[in-house]
Amino acid sequence: MVNEISWKIGGEAGYGIDTSGQAFARCCSRGGLNVRTVSEYPSLIRGGHNTFHVTASEGDLQSPKKELDMLVCLNKETVDRHYKQVKKGGIIVYDADEVKIETAKYRSDVEWFSVPLLAITVELKIDKVMRNTVAVGASIGLLDYDIEILRDMMGKKFAKKGESVISANLGAIDKGYEYVKKNYKGNFKAKLKKCTGPCARPLLNGNDALSIGAIKAGCKFISAYPMTPATSVMINLASVEKEYSIVVKQTEDEIAAVNMTIGASIAGARAMTATSGGGFSLMVEGLSLAGATETPIVIVLAQRPGPSTGLPTWTEQSDLKFALHGGQGEFARILIAPGDHEECFWAGVESFNLTEKWQCPVIILTDKHLADGFSTVNIDESKAKIDRGLLMTDAQAAKETDYKRYEFTANGVSKRAVPGMVNFMHVAVGDEHEEHGRINEDEGNRTDMSDKRNKKLNFILKELPEPKLYGPENAEITLISWGSCKGPVLEAMKELEAQGIKANFLHYIYVWPLKTEKLVKLMDKAKKTVVIENNKTAQLGALISEVIAKQVKYKVLKYNGRQFYPSEITEKVKEIAKNGKETELVVR
Amino acid sequence: MKMNGEMMAIKITDLNTPETITWCPGCGDMAILMGVKGAIAELGVEQKDIVIVSGIGCSSYVPQYVKTYGVHSLHGRSLPVASGIKLANNKLTVIAEGGDGDGYGIGMGHFIHIMRRNIDLTYIVHNNAIYGLTKGQTSPTSKKGMVTKSTPAGSLEEPVNPEALAILGGATFVARVYAGDVVHMKKIMVEAVKHKGFALVDVLQPCVTYNSFNTYQFWQQRVYKLEDEKGYDVKNKWKALERASEQGMHADRIPIGIFYKEERPTYEDGVPEIRDVPCAKQPIDGIQIGKILERYK
Repeated sequence: MVNEISWKIGGEAGYGIDTSGQAFARCCSRGGLNVRTVSEYPSLIRGGHNTFHVTASEGDLQSPKKELDMLVCLNKETVDRHYKQVKKGGIIVYDADEVKIETAKYRSDVEWFSVPLLAITVELKIDKVMRNTVAVGASIGLLDYDIEILRDMMGKKFAKKGESVISANLGAIDKGYEYVKKNYKGNFKAKLKKCTGPCARPLLNGNDALSIGAIKAGCKFISAYPMTPATSVMINLASVEKEYSIVVKQTEDEIAAVNMTIGASIAGARAMTATSGGGFSLMVEGLSLAGATETPIVIVLAQRPGPSTGLPTWTEQSDLKFALHGGQGEFARILIAPGDHEECFWAGVESFNLTEKWQCPVIILTDKHLADGFSTVNIDESKAKIDRGLLMTDAQAAKETDYKRYEFTANGVSKRAVPGMVNFMHVAVGDEHEEHGRINEDEGNRTDMSDKRNKKLNFILKELPEPKLYGPENAEITLISWGSCKGPVLEAMKELEAQGIKANFLHYIYVWPLKTEKLVKLMDKAKKTVVIENNKTAQLGALISEVIAKQVKYKVLKYNGRQFYPSEITEKVKEIAKNGKETELVVR
Repeated sequence: MKMNGEMMAIKITDLNTPETITWCPGCGDMAILMGVKGAIAELGVEQKDIVIVSGIGCSSYVPQYVKTYGVHSLHGRSLPVASGIKLANNKLTVIAEGGDGDGYGIGMGHFIHIMRRNIDLTYIVHNNAIYGLTKGQTSPTSKKGMVTKSTPAGSLEEPVNPEALAILGGATFVARVYAGDVVHMKKIMVEAVKHKGFALVDVLQPCVTYNSFNTYQFWQQRVYKLEDEKGYDVKNKWKALERASEQGMHADRIPIGIFYKEERPTYEDGVPEIRDVPCAKQPIDGIQIGKILERYK
């Protein structure tokens, strides 16, 4: 039996669902397991239904898995919403004193086990909100996992808060654990063991990983406006602003945010902003200014479902085309869509190298699922390199006699000087300009300048890595996807293989400019090609058609605000493999 | 220019660029450009350490005509771009420039917020109460009732009062000058740039083509200098507010000069990370993130 479990806790907002979920997840990662999480919460300040879902495994794990071994219900709504998600033979933990239900009316193929969560808090004379902590202790008891990891973690976490907080938490954990050990007599089989190998890797969410990548890259400036799910990028940098000397500016709106970022970059700092779709809408004029003035900037676009306010705390990949086309006029840009948390880190690093090297905006496309979900990561920071492209030095400036900020060059990139350097004075201008940066409306210059800005793409394309192929070179079915779909597709591949379906998977991190050599070869060879996207209109599929004039025949789409689970992809791909009449398959 | 460690005086002609000036003959922008260049020549700051950031509009061509570093940005966005530059390299002298539409219309949100931040930069607003580059529409400072192409029956809105707004908004240096008096304008501009904190210089400027109401003659007859007023105290916020409110730019008597001035720590003073080395100048090779990763275990 694989050392792997899926666990979910649910309750009303304010029940500490996120705290207990993170504690459980971290407890697993400290035991050396691979961890992936999903948290769900509505766009409300108080109230509403919250969940935290953890899949932990000793083996390779790329995505949380939908089917639960254990569901912990702090209220009745959790039972009602999620009882179907539990595997046969799984267990539902609840407090019968509070959740008054006839369990048989729900399901009889799972175990139901009541833990008096509320009564335990009363007995311990601790705040009833700590039912969540009792529940985590009980969960660990049922899984036969090492309770000492959790006890040790809590001790360290609350070290600064004093003895009484520590003892309250330890009491809650212990009581939950002991209650299970004393009273549970059932047949629940799923167990979790800690690993003996090297353990305790960092457990990060996508925004954490991306922020740490940006810090590693020498990002010295962020100006941003809070917007879910991008907010924590700014918060992360603020939390280390003194340690790493980073200027963090919360602005009055996203227009100011992007324009301050542009200003900071013009002054020579590695600068970024972070937002979601609505904020990006306000930024596009600034994006176009960065394109015209060839100013390096990094924009993190953490997608959520639109249109308009849409589903503010849920997930979707529906801004690919917007990120690609937003902004007036034509100019080069690079879109990076990391597929997992390690790729988020590297996107944080590489985005700054690319934007400075090519002097064009770089947009990092993540989404709520990636930004908010946690994963254990392996990061080797020694592999990170800094490349500032043609950024000039003072010594180079001393030799300059006729500096042209926008000099025509073979690859379109010109020497970049910043204020304070002698002999390099120029104007960065959004109007069309000639090589020195002086406004110029001549037709010849205009054509040359547009060529200069846009031809960078051809050179960028040559340098970018090909999308990565997972699975065999030859397969009956080729799956194509981008960004955060990576994990669930990789897990689905394992399930497909086990069921005798031969598939391979092409995953795009760099979605613009679009590398197509590998893609075209695969499309020629595969019997069936499928795009898998977390949106309604298959935006990557459409982009592929636009670039290579070939259709990816099948689409597996999900746009209900939730990310894909592996089993959903497996099911749809099986349908395509076996039948194949329907070309657009939607996970509802 | 610096030679042998000493500043050589900057001559006005050092600041010339090869650009052809495209403003209408008689435009107030010409005078403001003379004021800006004159002020820079007097400042004692090297050209390479000055950045002029403009928005969009007639006035926003200034960076093209002054040999320093410059950014000719977007309509209404000179202040955030300028703020970014200053926060990234606080050793630079940053001057933002734009018109009344740029600053008090589309860019108003940034104007209000930069004042409460007190970022150390100078904001010169060419205020001619009309949209000139788009050929004569009402502006946020147009007099109520003014007939323009977009308000053929007369503007229905009260004009913005930039000085009153700035005094209440937390600006630490608030001045109004008049483009018809270049010597006075230049003097105030020098003080504004030297002031540590956010400085507003609102310049009354005739648009000879599209504003037939606020003409040179109109302002010539009405302006008087605050520094000539006995007992006027630039540190008295409430008196300054009273004066600014009662005597707006279309009033019968229009004060020019410094309305209000106070010393307050700048935004940058509160950012210790850039006190010694501006963030744009800090080395970025070899930054170690191991200790952050450790915290996530």
